[in-house]
Amino acid sequence: MSIIKATLRRELLIAFRSPGEIINPLMFFVIAVSLFPLGVGADQAFLSEIAPGVIWVTALLAVMLSMDSLFRADYEDGSLEQLLLSPQPLYFIVLAKVSSHWLVSGLPLVILAPIFASMLALPDAGIIPLTVSLLIGTPILTMLGAIGMALTVGLSKSGLLLAVLILPLYIPVLVFGTGVVNSALNSLGIAGLMALLGAMLVLALCLAPLAIIAALRISVSL
Amino acid sequence: MLTVNNLFCERDERVLFQNLAFDVADGEIWQIQGSNGSGKTTLLRILCGLNDEFSGEIHWRGIAQRKARQDFNNEVFYLGHTPAINKTLTAKENLNWYCASRGISNSSQIKTALNSFNLYGYEDMPCYLMSAGQQRRVSLARMLLSQAKLWVLDEPFTALDKQGVSELEALLSKHAKTGGSIILTTHHSLQIDYPLQLIDLDVLAGLVAA
Repeated sequence: MSIIKATLRRELLIAFRSPGEIINPLMFFVIAVSLFPLGVGADQAFLSEIAPGVIWVTALLAVMLSMDSLFRADYEDGSLEQLLLSPQPLYFIVLAKVSSHWLVSGLPLVILAPIFASMLALPDAGIIPLTVSLLIGTPILTMLGAIGMALTVGLSKSGLLLAVLILPLYIPVLVFGTGVVNSALNSLGIAGLMALLGAMLVLALCLAPLAIIAALRISVSL
Repeated sequence: MLTVNNLFCERDERVLFQNLAFDVADGEIWQIQGSNGSGKTTLLRILCGLNDEFSGEIHWRGIAQRKARQDFNNEVFYLGHTPAINKTLTAKENLNWYCASRGISNSSQIKTALNSFNLYGYEDMPCYLMSAGQQRRVSLARMLLSQAKLWVLDEPFTALDKQGVSELEALLSKHAKTGGSIILTTHHSLQIDYPLQLIDLDVLAGLVAA
């Protein structure tokens, strides 16, 4: 599918030419996680207890912060109209667009997570489950966030509305994501929770683009 | 080709047009006239399927437009108010993606299209460094690449210089002479050696008031 390749290429080129939009959410993640030991004290036992939750919650907020740049420029310069008028399957164009957004906003978080996990004294047994749960979980967050963003892209100040719309959808992902790490730390099986997260990812990949397309049509038609 | 029947559109509790009916055939140029705010852009967006706040029927080659969306998209080119080019990308990169989104693989045409709009040498310049007129030319270059039968153009002459205007006029009549159709709005008086079909939204609105 040349359209997938072309869309990925376009989105990544745009992202790397305006790196601020990639770096801001990443900096938020780095700063927020680093502030926790300063705020709650350097007690290793306590830090390791809250580490999975802290990292997951800040990753979730960082993903939500990064959503604002998705579709915004395309809406403002009219590319979105051209996209909707494309005879190529919109499903794949949207999937490629959102995937490339995850590649520059979600994937760096996943890569940084192990470093910050050990900074928060997360035991070694939890580091791989944390990274894998973020690897499966952040694309779900990006997919869901993209639905909210597609709905609100036509509004000038969409920040709060976006949060209200998508936070309820984020909660199950957060619960299962942190659940994976906590189970691993307590030497419980994590296969079941991982399978649930995986199922959510498959569902998001299959259905979210359809919802995004419908939402974009509404936003463009306003 | 494009048949419109009994079209009605209301915006902010003001009727823009009602009982609007026309039939765009091969090789016809339709100019939509009207004062600012009379609904020209809204009408064009409705015709392209970008706005569905209307009632009435739009048929594309005899099939309801909603059902023929893919065929329709394949054969229509829409130029809106916004240039639809990403400013951080170069002209070539913008057009590369456009070609892919239209399913056109022959990217050697991009150079030809840019050259025909006097953008030779600007292929690799980021669009934010270009003037408004040059950006408009990049959007117009898509028109040649799209291989579309029906061109829907919303104020295509904006920001173009005199030479650009006459080149575009020549291009429009060439497209119509080779069997293509055009629906456009413009406040510029067209100098085209080709018969124009007119729709005046002000007159339509006047009829409504009377």
